[in-house]
Amino acid sequence: MLELPQSMVDRVVEHARRDHPDECCGVVAGRSGAATRLFEMQNAERSPTGFVFDSAEWLTVYRDIDDADEDLLVVYHSHTMTEAYPSRTDVRWAVNTPGTSWLLVSTRSDELELRSFRIEDGVVTEEEIRVAGG
Amino acid sequence: MAIEVRIPTILRSYTGGDKAVQGSGATLTALLDDLDSRHSGLRGRLVTEDGALHRFVNVYVNDEDVRFLGGLETKLADGDNVTVLPAVAGG
Repeated sequence: MLELPQSMVDRVVEHARRDHPDECCGVVAGRSGAATRLFEMQNAERSPTGFVFDSAEWLTVYRDIDDADEDLLVVYHSHTMTEAYPSRTDVRWAVNTPGTSWLLVSTRSDELELRSFRIEDGVVTEEEIRVAGG
Repeated sequence: MAIEVRIPTILRSYTGGDKAVQGSGATLTALLDDLDSRHSGLRGRLVTEDGALHRFVNVYVNDEDVRFLGGLETKLADGDNVTVLPAVAGG
């Protein structure tokens, strides 16, 4: 189960729509499983079919999270033409972020599609998103 | 020549849980060889069988991505710091 405040859900969706037709990406940091901060990341690929964290920005954000004794809770990104479900590329890269929720938003239509997954050892398992106030 | 190398969580199984280790070498390649002699298997997570930097990791020397420096041949000096991070990407 992924619990996120409404404000962060809104920011992810807004980020995805703003960057459409390119994919957006970012992370949510947390402490003891509770979301604390959201970081919008630049998609260094600026692509409608993929994303890569900008390496310099990622170093800054990773250190910020690590120095604050927070964990990487969520990696989020958008799909612009397909459903909000991990692609084969996502599954391959998810080995780098064990224990992290992969939050996907699709901007293929005006209808909101937001889903969250755990990806461990190549196995994709959907998890419930619980939206809290704030 | 002492160079501090910061290791990300997912690679700390190679360093006995340590967040940072010390190594030496005049280039990044030499440093990774040195580290691998004490932390066996670490090099293989950073360098492909063809001898290229693995695309799944970012390596920084003094906070500069080595892909924009000299790659694995990036020169190192005493007191430099090296940071390894998992790259994050998807499709």
